[in-house]
Amino acid sequence: MRQPLLQMNGITKSFGGISALRAVDLRVGAGEVHALLGENGAGKSTLLKILSGAQSPDAGEINLLGAKATFNSPQDAQRSGIATIYQELTLVPGMSIAENIFLGREPGRASFVDWGRLVDEAQGLMSKVGLEKNPRILARDLSVAEQQLVEIARALSMRSKLIIMDEPTAALSNAEVDRLFDIVSGFRDEGLSVIFVTHRLEEVMRVCDRFTILRDGAFVCEGDVADTSIDAIIRHMVGREITAMQRRPAPAATERVVLRVENLSRRRGAEGLNAMALHDVCFEVRRGEILGIAGLVGSGRTETARAVFGADPFDSGNIFIDGVSLRPTSPQDAIRRGIGLVPEDRKQQALFLSQSIRANLTVAAQDRVSRLGVFIDSGAEDTLISEYRKLLRIRMLGPEQIVSDLSGGNQQKIVLARWLALGPKVLIVDEPTRGIDVGAKAEVHNLLFQMASTGIAIVVISSELPEVLAISDRIITMREGRVTGEVQADDANPEMLMALMTVDAVAA
Amino acid sequence: MAQVAAEAPVPKRQQIRPFNVVARFAPVLFLVVLMIGFSILEPRFLTPLNLFNVLRQVSIYGLLAIGMTFVILTAGIDLSIGSILALAGLVAAVVAKGGLDNRFSVGDGSAATGFGWEVAALAAIGVGVAAGFVQGLAITRFKVPPFVVTLGGMSAFRGAALLFSGGGPVSGFDEAFVWWGQGKLGPVPVPVLIFVLFAIIAHITLSYTRYGRQIYAVGGNPEAARLAGLNVQKIILSVYVITGFFAGLGAFVLAARLNSAEAVAGTGFELTVIASVVIGGTSLFGGTGTIFGTVIGTVLIGVLLNGLVLLDVSAYVQQIIIGMIIVLAVAFDTFVKSRRRIL
Repeated sequence: MRQPLLQMNGITKSFGGISALRAVDLRVGAGEVHALLGENGAGKSTLLKILSGAQSPDAGEINLLGAKATFNSPQDAQRSGIATIYQELTLVPGMSIAENIFLGREPGRASFVDWGRLVDEAQGLMSKVGLEKNPRILARDLSVAEQQLVEIARALSMRSKLIIMDEPTAALSNAEVDRLFDIVSGFRDEGLSVIFVTHRLEEVMRVCDRFTILRDGAFVCEGDVADTSIDAIIRHMVGREITAMQRRPAPAATERVVLRVENLSRRRGAEGLNAMALHDVCFEVRRGEILGIAGLVGSGRTETARAVFGADPFDSGNIFIDGVSLRPTSPQDAIRRGIGLVPEDRKQQALFLSQSIRANLTVAAQDRVSRLGVFIDSGAEDTLISEYRKLLRIRMLGPEQIVSDLSGGNQQKIVLARWLALGPKVLIVDEPTRGIDVGAKAEVHNLLFQMASTGIAIVVISSELPEVLAISDRIITMREGRVTGEVQADDANPEMLMALMTVDAVAA
Repeated sequence: MAQVAAEAPVPKRQQIRPFNVVARFAPVLFLVVLMIGFSILEPRFLTPLNLFNVLRQVSIYGLLAIGMTFVILTAGIDLSIGSILALAGLVAAVVAKGGLDNRFSVGDGSAATGFGWEVAALAAIGVGVAAGFVQGLAITRFKVPPFVVTLGGMSAFRGAALLFSGGGPVSGFDEAFVWWGQGKLGPVPVPVLIFVLFAIIAHITLSYTRYGRQIYAVGGNPEAARLAGLNVQKIILSVYVITGFFAGLGAFVLAARLNSAEAVAGTGFELTVIASVVIGGTSLFGGTGTIFGTVIGTVLIGVLLNGLVLLDVSAYVQQIIIGMIIVLAVAFDTFVKSRRRIL
């Protein structure tokens, strides 16, 4: 380890008698990219909140450059050179890039903003992070990746010594991740330190120098990334042996096509704001088959799923369920014909977070738990919930537990159960394991295998190539709203998929 | 994998904590404290006569608050209920008087030319439902925010009421009509019975029917509700019809109680009614709240006002206190939520 920049010793924190952190240590060297790892609920967020001044520890101390530091507020931490970039970006949408970078610290005299200097200095910082845009463009007109770059520029503008990034790659395409990693590597050369939280362990191997692993609120180990392996990290994170990603055992796909999509097309900007255009998208899924759709963010994979499900309109093309045409104008139409969709953003698009498991699980299958078509039969509901609790191994206290109290994996199982209760013919799962820890990931994969083996045709959309490769029987690739290739998963490898996803299909 | 599942700990987060229990029953506790306080300060407070009086006074607010709970559960708001109530009350009154020409004939309780109370009540409810339906259409079809639509409705329906009445009150109905506002069944005033009856129906609807679940779902997360196959627009439209229904029903009961209807009736009701719902714990952001809470909130405001009157506190001061309590109730709610998020 290089010269220590940050030392957190014996950090302890509990909330209302429940301990969240027990004597956790974290040491980060200057110019080091440090991975903070652990399953959801391991204590990473709490530790970072303490470091960024949002919460104060019950015990333990923070040393910054050898001097004891106390942060009573996020401003304190920022003044000491610690900047945090949260997963949910915090730009003001109606303000320009330049204003966002210098928000609250605008250059100028007295109360007047010096616009010339503001724009010039913003331009300088933007070129450092590789953001080639006019600084006067509004934040709301930027992509997520670009907004993130603005946040990084803001961190640089505060002359930060340490930048905390909480799952910065979760919403980025592979090309954007590459660009982010270039920037992070540049920081290392300038002696700037980065704490990096991610669920994608390949990224740790790629970009991080050292790592610290937490489990159940306790420090497990730290070390050099070069001396370890993904399998070893996973072992420490979960405290038990599991293989990195399980392959689907003996696929049982039949020849019967359940869902066929023909020439699905939509003009760019039709109805939606920024919705990608789709060009003659064709694919089919058979009974009991898992079809993977691989593509970068913005390749049209989510748009395809939403169009088939009736969540977004499309201009032309045909959809057939069991050979009968379907032209959905709302999700209701698609659901009635046996299609389910697990959307990519669980919290925004699937769950009623402040409500009970009961309300969340049976929302789509009310027909199964109602009396006279009007009243909820809570007995039937209880039976249904306990059935899926067992089947999906949902770890929950009871039907009345509030869904936001569950871990990401268990939340995802609630959403899966919601559709299973309807007995769907086709289940489209967009990003099945986003933001889910490693142990729960394997469980979700197994559940998808089980569902397929009961005859459901499953479409899985995922940004993680290892996941697509491991769980699909057959894979199609998409790029810029077009299907660019189709391969059997057994014949596929990451390199060829990546090529199909990134190289112009017509030219190839 | 089975072993992994078995080993993993059950989430430890949800335990019964005193803070949560107190937070949940805060409105009830506040009501009890208030009643104890008033009964110590003022012996006239805790008498059956006075308490039934309070209930009779709050029952019309209560009916409106039931409807408002449905709207607020979907993260909407209805500012027009007071104006709809005025218009619906006038229509009911004119129907009972047998037409526009007779509207200013001050009756002696035997207005033989008019229609019976049944027709009058249906007319009031019909006006309310129609007004709610029009506003619901504007909200769902033309995507105008509920605040704006019902702010417009607040002005438009009041104007319609003034136009329709020509300015003066319409008074003097037959006994059967007036019974619905002034009568009693045993010791219990009829409006209180109507309020309790509809509170029970609304509670059953929200807690035990599919429609109730759908309202919570739409309020909790409209996009998730749509992707789960619910007809979100239809559900949103329906809640404005429900507030309209209760504004019409409230108009009938109020006209019966006062034996009169006028165009300025119900002015400012929306504030008191929204306050009752919010104090009862229904979130203005939608998705959480109960009819039980609304009933408690309604009674709480009634008790507060009654107690202040008995203690000779001026009406102006009462308004200040109500205003502060609304803000405090929401502040408390926010505080509880932030605590819960950290824990």
